[in-house]
Amino acid sequence: MSLIKNDNYSNIDNLQYGDRILLVDGITVSFDGFKALNNLSFTINYGELRCIIGANGAGKSTMMDIVTGKTTPDEGSVIFGKDINLLEMDEPSIANIGVGRKFQKPTIFGGHSVFENLELAMKDDKRLFKTLFSRISQEQITKIEEIMELIGLTELYHEPASILSHGQKQWLEIGMLLMQDPKILLVDEPVAGMTPQEVEKTGEILRNLAKTHSVVVVEHDMEFIRSIATKVTVLHEGSVLAEGTMQSIQENEKVRRVYLGE
Amino acid sequence: MENKLNSQRRKPILLQIMENDLGGKIVLSFLAIIVAYVSIANLFLPIDSVFYISTYTVTLLGKYISFALLALALDLVWGYIGILSLGHGAFFALGGYAFSMYLMRQIGDRGVYGNAEIPDFMVFMNLKELPWFWYGFDNPLFSFFMVMFVPGLLAFVFGWLAFRSRVTGVYLSIITQAMTYAFMLAFFRNDMGFGGNNGLTDFKDILGFSLQDDNTRVSLLIVSFLALFIGYLISRFIINSKLGRVCIAIRDGESRVRFLGYRVEQYKLFIFVVSAMMAGVAGMLYVPQVGIINPGLFSPLFSIELVIWVAIGGRGTLYGAIIGAFVVNYASTYFTSALPEVWLYALGGLFVVSTLYLPKGIVGLISKIKFTKKTNKVSNVIN
Repeated sequence: MSLIKNDNYSNIDNLQYGDRILLVDGITVSFDGFKALNNLSFTINYGELRCIIGANGAGKSTMMDIVTGKTTPDEGSVIFGKDINLLEMDEPSIANIGVGRKFQKPTIFGGHSVFENLELAMKDDKRLFKTLFSRISQEQITKIEEIMELIGLTELYHEPASILSHGQKQWLEIGMLLMQDPKILLVDEPVAGMTPQEVEKTGEILRNLAKTHSVVVVEHDMEFIRSIATKVTVLHEGSVLAEGTMQSIQENEKVRRVYLGE
Repeated sequence: MENKLNSQRRKPILLQIMENDLGGKIVLSFLAIIVAYVSIANLFLPIDSVFYISTYTVTLLGKYISFALLALALDLVWGYIGILSLGHGAFFALGGYAFSMYLMRQIGDRGVYGNAEIPDFMVFMNLKELPWFWYGFDNPLFSFFMVMFVPGLLAFVFGWLAFRSRVTGVYLSIITQAMTYAFMLAFFRNDMGFGGNNGLTDFKDILGFSLQDDNTRVSLLIVSFLALFIGYLISRFIINSKLGRVCIAIRDGESRVRFLGYRVEQYKLFIFVVSAMMAGVAGMLYVPQVGIINPGLFSPLFSIELVIWVAIGGRGTLYGAIIGAFVVNYASTYFTSALPEVWLYALGGLFVVSTLYLPKGIVGLISKIKFTKKTNKVSNVIN
């Protein structure tokens, strides 16, 4: 990994609705002999909202780590868009090319205000000297205020993010993801610790997002998945167990046995 | 809003940088007044006047200011990007050595051996000619360049290797300490060509002015203050920029920043190099005022003491580092002459107390007092 690396933005801006945006192909990764992922393959299309479920240890988070560049797999490939090999890139390049990630535990910057958190996440030239001399434009301020409105944190504009409640932190992180304006969003447990009203609003935002982006949601809350998902992928012991509509998943014998506990 | 942005742009850059920084304004103004008073009182008042300030005090103040600049440099990396460097003394010492090489060359043939070709210690070591790495140091501009270049280069190479391998936290601190220790051992060796354990000393002139002259001493004091002032403005400019906010974000959640698309390694490297160069300049100012440099400055103990200055003053505020450097060094000067055996215990005690009760240092204490006063007022109004 070199410290200074050119980002590879080829052909990612003219994706059509329904084109393949992410291909995970035959990924295998093991930690100390334990196979966290075992020949995992699936694809995501542009404009799709996909839910991924699976028991603890099924490999959901590891899958996200691999797509976002945190972990390198032993085998397999991850292709973004037509021909961009994500495995050759480091985390910042993957983020800049259009893969956004929301973590399971909200990780916002407590020392910064709500505004500054959103400002840092904003899609922009993130190279060193550009950042040193960057001045925020009126357009960008408006964009930030729009998102703030959307996630309902306008009243906490200048407050440090550390004082936010758990639910508000989740919102802020979703807001940061929106500011990044990625092509594909990987969202890990977005509704953990939220009230029913907040859950409903989150579902609404994710559904709206899926019209112009691809969204991959990892979630445990079956009720929530039922309310948003069109297509569900079930992971089990590091590979895909079943894939289909929520309806077909619920009727699938194998899934019932291993995951729904029946 | 548009108007507001425009009016901000029209303000002089100095005011823009110092905006919302009351603490910095107070500390720097206070220091400017002291420096002005000390300079005038030393040069223009008769020696028997009660208001006369001795040349010793002028030099002492100059030394404190160079330490303050060093503390500022450390606060930039520790307080704002979370790199606890336990080897910042190395950058300071390298800057000091680079400049004292110039001062050594200025001695010319006035040394004990009267050899104009090479410094005294080399004659003593039976060296016949100047080693290649001493070339160019006759030139003050070249020396000044090296004062920043050598620490900057070291920080770049060291940082590039360490940050790229994602060494962080306590491991990084230990490596920085090992680095300064390695330098200390190397510089203690006589055949390194830097004067060995005696260091470099016996300086005579700087830019043609005698170092024993009061005017030169006062000028050095003023230059030190200006350097501190400029260093402060540069640090403040960096912190106020978006880059500064990225740095604080790196301090609070490094891996998250990567997923936002920032190259954390480059940001760390930039701050580390800037800080090392500032530390180098601080070392350069230290040398002519103290009159000697030896490998003791590379000792891990000095670098750790430096961390204590910043911790006691208040980490992550910039002006807190300046306060800390002054308070601890003044206490050190006082104790080492009044109660020499107590000083190290006092320093240790100070550190323990500040860690336990003043996590934000003296600066934190002051703002806490202010806050309590305010809330008292509010509760009075309510009652």
